[in-house]
Amino acid sequence: MADTNQVNQMQIANVENYPRGLRWVILVGVLLLYLGILGLKESGSLNPYHIQILCLICINIVLVVSLNLINGFTGQFSLGHAGFMAVGAYVSAFLTRNVINQLTFSGAEWLVTLEKAGLFLLVILAGALVAAFLGVLVGLPTLRLRGDYLAIATLGLGEIIRILLINLDVVGGARGYAVPKLTNFSWAFWLMVIAVLLMVNFINSTHGRACISVREDEIAAEAMGINTTRYKVMAFTLGAFFAGLSGALFAHLFVYISPQIFGFLRSIDILVMVVLGGLGSITGSITAAIFITVVMEMLRQLVELRVIIFAVILILVMLVRPQGLLGNREITDLFRRKQRGDPDEPAQHQKAV
Amino acid sequence: MEFLQQLVNGLALGSIYALIAIGYTMVYGIVQLINFAHGDIYMIGAFVGFFAVVKYGLPFLPTLLLAMLVCSVLGVIIEKIAYRPLRNSPRITALITAIGVSLFLENVVRWRLGPDPRPFPELFSVKVFSLGGVQVSNVQLLIFGVALVLIVILQFIIYRTRIGKAMRAVSQDQDAARLMGINVDRTISVTFAIGSALAAAAGILVGIAYPRIDPYMGILPGLKAFVAAVLGGIGIIPGAMLGGLVMGVAELMVVGFWSSDYRDAIAFAILIIILLIKPTGILGKNQSEKV
Amino acid sequence: MSLLSIKKLSKSFGGLIAVNNLSLDIQPGELVGLIGPNGAGKTTVFNILTGVYPPSSGEIWFQEHSLVGLKPYQITQKGIARTFQNIRLFDNLTVLDNVRIALHSHSAYRVTSSFIRSASFKKGENSMRRKAMEILKIFKLDDKYDEIARNLPYGEQRRLEISRALAAQPRLLLLDEPAAGMNPQETQELMELIRWVRNAFSLTVLLIEHDMSLVMGVCERIYVLDYGMLIAQGSPQEIKSHPRVIEAYLGEEVATVAEDQQH
Repeated sequence: MADTNQVNQMQIANVENYPRGLRWVILVGVLLLYLGILGLKESGSLNPYHIQILCLICINIVLVVSLNLINGFTGQFSLGHAGFMAVGAYVSAFLTRNVINQLTFSGAEWLVTLEKAGLFLLVILAGALVAAFLGVLVGLPTLRLRGDYLAIATLGLGEIIRILLINLDVVGGARGYAVPKLTNFSWAFWLMVIAVLLMVNFINSTHGRACISVREDEIAAEAMGINTTRYKVMAFTLGAFFAGLSGALFAHLFVYISPQIFGFLRSIDILVMVVLGGLGSITGSITAAIFITVVMEMLRQLVELRVIIFAVILILVMLVRPQGLLGNREITDLFRRKQRGDPDEPAQHQKAV
Repeated sequence: MEFLQQLVNGLALGSIYALIAIGYTMVYGIVQLINFAHGDIYMIGAFVGFFAVVKYGLPFLPTLLLAMLVCSVLGVIIEKIAYRPLRNSPRITALITAIGVSLFLENVVRWRLGPDPRPFPELFSVKVFSLGGVQVSNVQLLIFGVALVLIVILQFIIYRTRIGKAMRAVSQDQDAARLMGINVDRTISVTFAIGSALAAAAGILVGIAYPRIDPYMGILPGLKAFVAAVLGGIGIIPGAMLGGLVMGVAELMVVGFWSSDYRDAIAFAILIIILLIKPTGILGKNQSEKV
Repeated sequence: MSLLSIKKLSKSFGGLIAVNNLSLDIQPGELVGLIGPNGAGKTTVFNILTGVYPPSSGEIWFQEHSLVGLKPYQITQKGIARTFQNIRLFDNLTVLDNVRIALHSHSAYRVTSSFIRSASFKKGENSMRRKAMEILKIFKLDDKYDEIARNLPYGEQRRLEISRALAAQPRLLLLDEPAAGMNPQETQELMELIRWVRNAFSLTVLLIEHDMSLVMGVCERIYVLDYGMLIAQGSPQEIKSHPRVIEAYLGEEVATVAEDQQH
């Protein structure tokens, strides 16, 4: 065993083989992007409609990355993401209307702004936490199910949430619910950055690897000491948390929510983005969220055609490249010191047992 | 009395679910795919019926047969284009494709025919009989009759014909069936054809009983029928019939004794409960995973 | 004191009795073989030991703890790791990640640390990486740490699976046909490696082999299963000349010949 200490120290130092500065380069890039968009907004190049689309892109990025955490990285197929989004939206909207709007603020203007911002953040977190709590509650029993059964069970849960909301008069029932406009570009952008950063950090940790091992081979993962149930529930809960967060941002962006907005089709929209970007690729998810959100806006007037195009994309991607455009690779892999093997081999997320 | 009345209504609705559920369960039994587009085949069946009656003035039986024929062809085509290339892919890949097919069918119909519900033409004038206080309509009797006849024919095909034997063989073991000289592709096509034809029949019956049809009419009954199939034990045809009837009755009991607001929620509640308690369904056998 | 003690273990699948009233004892540090013809129930014993299947009846004691009713991951955490007959690596992950996943349950920092990449995250990741590389070095896989597991040649996949099991830091290592598909030279090297690892890590090893001649060289004690029942146990010499063993294996050879003729 004497020679084992000679394992290349340089290899140990760089945990993930990326150049040391890459993280900082990306963060600086993100900051510049933010400032650039703000500049364009001030100069009038971007009108409020454009800003609204940019906010929606940020919200969709969080939704897609969080669903990818469940579907792509952990390999548990959820079709109920819109349900958790709805919970976040309704809980936060209810709190805004019944708590923030009932308070009277006094004092210096900047202080009031700060107080309101702090309260809005709390309201968003409350929405996300309730969604996460529901995620645990729902995840514990249903995650025992496999593959397509889980998909249908989560679809059913999403529908149950929607039906319950329709019958919940305190938040407007089927008529919908008006929400004050509190989400602006800065909120959407920075919460998106933080959410994505947290999820990337999670995935690139031993806990993230535990989730991925569940996707790769559940039986082998258990045999290696991984408590697979724990990690399935963890991924599901995290996914629900961030779906709830996006829902809260969404509600305060569009100022009106109704149960129909969070139906099965919303879950499918998110799924299409995950699948298109690649199951298990965060950069793929982000790219797909941006691309599809823009395309959807461009086709806004053509409701049926939009969905038909979606359906065709979905079928074609499955037939031609079922692992999605990026598979489980990341755009940042381009900067890795060592290239991995054959990039075109399809990833097999499910094994015959 | 209220109970008996809801029971009769529930059984009529349940017969329709049963017809759709059989298609789900047959397809799942043979290729382990949740054919998400199955509910939309049912919708298309109803629309074919609609045009057959409105445009060509066909009477009931030719309308029924025409819808069944069109839908079986459609089912076979969908299987060939969208599902066959994915037969050896992970099941989730095929499920996503099926969702894509479902969205495609719904929205093509909506695009061509518009989103608004249309009244289904009246083929029979409704007569209501009273049997000791329980109301039974001739439409309900028709539903029972058609469902019964179709199920008898189905049983005959499955247990008394060569193709039925092939279907049973393929559902047991595709590779072994192929080695025994069975044409697996053709058998799967026939399964899709039969399942789709039954869904089309259900579509016509629903058009007659609840005379409003629209492009999205297949989503909920499709999901409920799937739940029925799981409830009875997926892959098991008598299970699908039983599951369909239970679903129909449960739904109308909720309507009758609680609130019609929750009639759609009950299906999913049943689904989740059955999946947690006995995922193999009422008539299913437990199987452990091979390592 | 036995490390592992199985008492009157039975398992039936429907009508089929896969393991029938099996009892065996393994002392710390032993290298024990479990052999038997195809379908004798060897892998089923592993699957019961590791909690994949519950036993129909019987007891399993490991370091004075009962294993019956525990989940597979709990059994692994108690100190039993295994390999699989038909290699079950995490195919799409790197060699390094395969091993790091097995290290997880021993060196995990908190989930909250991973979100914020705290100091304990960095310390934990570095130590996991170092440990993983050390293990890979032993199996001569350290140069391939960044390869995707499924791209490795067959022999290296087998070695990676054993390294991964070792990374779970077991006291008892269960190897299910580790030499399956290897040529005689590779097999020889592997057997020597297993023996070396057993000594270096002060492990106890229970090894399934289908091919009897293989285990004779490496195992100190051998159990023989046939139709789920223990038919013999003892040293390799005793087993070699045991009439029931010869009969069981002969029977299989006859059956194999008959099968070949049918095709």
